[in-house]
Amino acid sequence: MFGLNKRDAGLLLVVAGLALFAPFLLNPFPTDSAMAQFNAGYPDLMQRFVIFGVFAVGFNLLFGLTGYLSFGHAAFLGIGSYSAVWMFKLLGYNILPGMILSVVVSAVFALMIGYISLRRSGIYFSILTLAFAQMLFAIAYSDLIGRFFGTPITNGETGLQVYTSDPQFFHSENLPDIPHIFGQKMQSTYTLDVGAWSFDFNFGYYFCALILIAAFYLAIRIFRSPFGLMLRAVKSNQQRMNYTGLNTRPYTLAVFVISGMYAGLAGGLMASMDPLAGAERMQWTASGEVVLMTILGGAGTLIGPILGAGFIKYFENIFAKINDNVLHSWFSFMPDGLENLMVALVHPFVGKGWHLTLGLLFMLVVIFLPGGLVEGGQRIAQRLRGKKAAEKATDTSKTPAE
Amino acid sequence: MDAIILQFLNGLDKGSAYALIALGLTLIFGTLGVVNFAHGALFMIGAFCSVTVQRILTLSSESLSATEKDFLGNPLKIKTPYVENWFGPEVGAALIDWSVPLAIVFAIPVMLLVGFIMERGLIKHFYKRPHADQILVTFGLAIVLQEVIKYFYGANPLPTPAPSVFVGSFDFGPLLGLDTSLAYPYWRLVYFAFSAAIIGAVFAFLQFTTFGMVVRAGMADRETVGLLGIDIDRRFTIMFGIAAAVAGLAGVMYAPINSPNYHMGMDFLVLSFVVVVVGGMGSLPGAVLAGFMLGILESLASMNEIKNILPGIDQIIIYVVAIIILLTRPRGLMGRKGVMEE
Repeated sequence: MFGLNKRDAGLLLVVAGLALFAPFLLNPFPTDSAMAQFNAGYPDLMQRFVIFGVFAVGFNLLFGLTGYLSFGHAAFLGIGSYSAVWMFKLLGYNILPGMILSVVVSAVFALMIGYISLRRSGIYFSILTLAFAQMLFAIAYSDLIGRFFGTPITNGETGLQVYTSDPQFFHSENLPDIPHIFGQKMQSTYTLDVGAWSFDFNFGYYFCALILIAAFYLAIRIFRSPFGLMLRAVKSNQQRMNYTGLNTRPYTLAVFVISGMYAGLAGGLMASMDPLAGAERMQWTASGEVVLMTILGGAGTLIGPILGAGFIKYFENIFAKINDNVLHSWFSFMPDGLENLMVALVHPFVGKGWHLTLGLLFMLVVIFLPGGLVEGGQRIAQRLRGKKAAEKATDTSKTPAE
Repeated sequence: MDAIILQFLNGLDKGSAYALIALGLTLIFGTLGVVNFAHGALFMIGAFCSVTVQRILTLSSESLSATEKDFLGNPLKIKTPYVENWFGPEVGAALIDWSVPLAIVFAIPVMLLVGFIMERGLIKHFYKRPHADQILVTFGLAIVLQEVIKYFYGANPLPTPAPSVFVGSFDFGPLLGLDTSLAYPYWRLVYFAFSAAIIGAVFAFLQFTTFGMVVRAGMADRETVGLLGIDIDRRFTIMFGIAAAVAGLAGVMYAPINSPNYHMGMDFLVLSFVVVVVGGMGSLPGAVLAGFMLGILESLASMNEIKNILPGIDQIIIYVVAIIILLTRPRGLMGRKGVMEE
């Protein structure tokens, strides 16, 4: 199907299914029940799932295939957002020009940064990308270019947004005043009530989901192409590649640009869902976040980054909601003293302590499960299938891992 | 002219902090070959050692005043720090006043211990793994340490004053024969002197002691030193502890300059890495040189005269310099041949 082998087509279908049925899957609890707070099926959060999915899939193309660890990928995300908002300001709220420009501009930046950074590898590459990203962050945060030219470009701390005084050439009376695509508003949501459940179908979410599926399909094709094979060869032994007389730079640069375009696309989508762009999106902690997502899900695997992005965004949202009252209700079956002890023990890890849990989880994954959640799943599956099947599985894993 | 001198001096104390952190990073990289992303967190823990010592010293007993009343008519509650009860009011007050320098005594064992635990418990297992894994696991550790500190101390910066002797500033103007005054805070002078002393001590330790000699030999050729029957791993662990202590001490004394907050480590980490790379991976003098150079450069770039021509250059100058140096001199300023070259 679509030039994919059976396994990859299956994977694509899984992702497509997850993305398209997310409004059902993420709202398993009735609206009035106590568990409703663990529902994640509201548009804003679902959009974040898929947008960060696109971002992480793109990052994985670079890190998973070539092993080049970029610590400055959020810069492209920010650049994408700024470009999209500028299109909203100049041309109007139709998101298509914004999306196109965000991809193009981030590709240009990725080409420049990649051209310089890829001259070094290993830790130097990480630091160079980090330095570039921090530089762009500083430029955006204090709007240095804007101050140089005397007109706001990134609008500094306030962030870039659309004002009524902006030209918006193609804006007309009958078009909505929020991001839309040919009149269809991104915000429009249809709520389906089934018994005690209610499901939100958001147009913006489905738009992002389709882009995620397309982006994922493209990623599979890149993984399986001769180009992808070449990148993996770079990862396993770049020196040997060079000794055979092959210049690896064009390949790494190409994938760096592609990866930057994915990030720019994600940034453009972010701005399309909420027409704002701020510098904090480019800070190096944001770059760290996408690294966390990719590693947690499983770097170098196809579906890992999407799982990682969903996992982190879901638990970030859920953990923030667990406060002491919720904890008390969980442990209420215990004797009082024990209950208080358990609440005191769990308390640092939930609510505002989500980053602590994330950090610990991340360390555990790096230490024990370098393949991330995907490897964890595979190991469990092997256990369940028993020894004979396990032997078979190790045989197949000798063929190039995905 | 005096503005340039003032900025130069301002650059010295930021440069000192960069140099100390970069020195520790380089020590760890040079000995163990590990890229430690948690080094900024060690700096932060050092700064919080200051906060902790100050809190311990100001632990107070409450007693009711016999004569004075508060506005509700109840007896006024008087807080007296325990140290004042034990050592008398003058000595107690002096102890509290000097809590930041006293924190050094507290911080050294704490930081050594933190360093040993980190190395034995975690980093030891990452020697054979790729650099990317080392970066990732120490990055995770940095997040954890930062969040633990945030949990115990809260998210707000905690002002930690320097001893009152050092409040105020020193006027460099007359000293340099200038007409204008050139005020520079005493504590920053102390910080600079302190960093210079620590840097000197580390170099002297490596250069003039047998232990240091063995460590240098191990940095040059770990296997041979091991074959000579020396337990080089243990010495490298100790070096890790020392590197942690250097970062911690830099943090302890930095607390009065910038109120400690939980993300100060991350803020310094990014710049310190740039410093290490500019100085040359694995070169100790390079780290110190680059630390001071970039600190001073950053400070000079924040002068109004330069800012008027190139707005905001002070925020990006370090990165620009780093990129230029890495491209023209890939080994860094004083990097040795063959260290981390692909």
